[in-house]
Amino acid sequence: MVDRDVEVSSPTEMEERRCPYNYSIDELQETAYRLSRDIITMTTRAGSGHPSSSLSAIDIMTGLYFGGVMCYKPDEPDWPDRDRFILSKGHGCPALYAVLAEAGYFDASLLETLREIESPLEGHPNKRVLPGVEASTGSLGQGLSIGFGHALAGKLDGRSYQVYVMIGDGESNEGQIWEAAMSAAKYRVDNLTAILDYNKFQQSGPVRDVMPTLEPLVDKWAAFGWDVRQIDGHDMEVVMRTLHDIRTIEGQPQLIIAHTLKGRGLSVFEENDVNRKHGVTLTEEEAQGALEELHEMKVVNAYAEAHFEPEITPEDRYGEI
Amino acid sequence: MDIGKSIGLEYGLPIRNAFGEALQEIGGENPNLVVLDGDVGNSTRTNYFRDEYPERFFNVGIAESNLIGTASGLAAAGKDVLAASFACFLLCNAYDQIRMSIAFPQENVKLVGSHSGISIGEDGPSQMGIEDVALASSLPNFAVVAPADEPSMRAATRAIFEHQGPVYLRSGRPEVPIIYDGGEVDFELGKANQVRDGDDVTIIAYGLMVAAALEAAAELQRDGIEARVLDMHTIKPLDHQAIARAAQETGAIVTAEEHLLNGGLGSEVARSVAGHHPVPMAFVGIENTYAESGEPQELLARYGLMPSDIKEAVNRALTRK
Repeated sequence: MVDRDVEVSSPTEMEERRCPYNYSIDELQETAYRLSRDIITMTTRAGSGHPSSSLSAIDIMTGLYFGGVMCYKPDEPDWPDRDRFILSKGHGCPALYAVLAEAGYFDASLLETLREIESPLEGHPNKRVLPGVEASTGSLGQGLSIGFGHALAGKLDGRSYQVYVMIGDGESNEGQIWEAAMSAAKYRVDNLTAILDYNKFQQSGPVRDVMPTLEPLVDKWAAFGWDVRQIDGHDMEVVMRTLHDIRTIEGQPQLIIAHTLKGRGLSVFEENDVNRKHGVTLTEEEAQGALEELHEMKVVNAYAEAHFEPEITPEDRYGEI
Repeated sequence: MDIGKSIGLEYGLPIRNAFGEALQEIGGENPNLVVLDGDVGNSTRTNYFRDEYPERFFNVGIAESNLIGTASGLAAAGKDVLAASFACFLLCNAYDQIRMSIAFPQENVKLVGSHSGISIGEDGPSQMGIEDVALASSLPNFAVVAPADEPSMRAATRAIFEHQGPVYLRSGRPEVPIIYDGGEVDFELGKANQVRDGDDVTIIAYGLMVAAALEAAAELQRDGIEARVLDMHTIKPLDHQAIARAAQETGAIVTAEEHLLNGGLGSEVARSVAGHHPVPMAFVGIENTYAESGEPQELLARYGLMPSDIKEAVNRALTRK
């Protein structure tokens, strides 16, 4: 078969799209702050999980769900025209749970049951038990392919939804990510947006040590046929502008490389040079300190990029981000 | 191959062709059906569907992991999805994707693996699916179906779409004997077909081994032994009733499969027999080894899958009756 666009069938009867939240930048920042608190509180209570991997993603996810980008109906999770969000890096699910509770998919009191037996808030997302979870993830590398499938279905059925897939930098070691990248570009699914939570650390160490050849990421994804842009994943204005801008891209899937901080800049995580406490929860005392620090900073002011100094910086290579 | 010829069985189409033709027919009836290919559509015969419905056919390349993930996403978005490749590449290469993206979330995806068994011949062991039934059967929520001939493959291809949930359908390369003469098959998923009656022993088989079992039964008859033959086309869910009846009424059971003995039909039937009505058993299958290149008939003989091997197994079981 030759490369071709997916043939779009005539639009099925579509309900009016409804984006339930359209917060201002200030409101988004305030929300991200509160959800960051939830992440720390629920993981410390559970005593296991991945708080730093959740915190790096929370600003972007807050922007997606509450900034007028994603349309969905919490009281009708299977609404066929909903925008989809797939957390391919499933270990970051405390962030997803906090967001889904805030959006109204379930009562926020459930957050207290994270990782407990019979709780739908499992250690990694399980779509069969929790409304709002689009894909069961936790085995890395698989979410982008699932998102590609949703995107193909959207084109075939003439629906106008957008599919967002958040992938990790460590996760990008997986070959399936690149298989999906090839296929999505082949079929030109412009209703697919991948967001790379580039927090620079994977389980056993910095990404640049574990897999130095993951870079140059911009070149790689562009060579695979994607629209690629880099942003500071904690600058809410930039996040929102980018999420809105990419909706104009036609004929290409898009990748947003979001430079983030694993632990969202909190010192208890920053002090760990190995992996920013990957998969380690805070003690109650540490959590208390982190919550106070979080309250003081609320918004992550520093460019995430400043915390990462590769031999050749993305700026050197690509100019200002 | 000459299996079944001595008892007058005619050879029909390869079951992969019957599958391809049935799939094409179903494609005309069901506009919601999408077929995914791992660049082997001319081998699996999904290209029959592609030729008629190219807009609903996607070749994602030689990338089985992404093939499975894409199928998962399409199914989650409401499409009827079938994905096909070689049995070994599909099950072995993408096993974790099948586990995590299809079995665990219970996506309604139909998987078809062609080139099962050693009767593919000359291409050799790297292309032979001899562990596929064990792997697929290990997955919770999966049904596993392995038709014996052209008419039953046509019926099975329809039946898997009537079944809600993931299915693995085992297809094959060579021309095989027709068991269901006249093309009339009473095919119900999970219900064994008795293709020969007898009360001394029961041979339970699937795929090509059903014809081998019938030939063995004819030879046994000359020795005064009446063998019942069950076509156990559905390995999962297993027809425990038919097995219990066979154990009670014939008092000995032999299984025969073109598959490794490890984890195949034999072990599942043994579990059933042990739990319901213990009787002497014997097993025909591939013994803990990989095969080699050669002519199908030569390979079946070398690896113990001939009617004579089944006959010997029956005699072993009967001595313990």
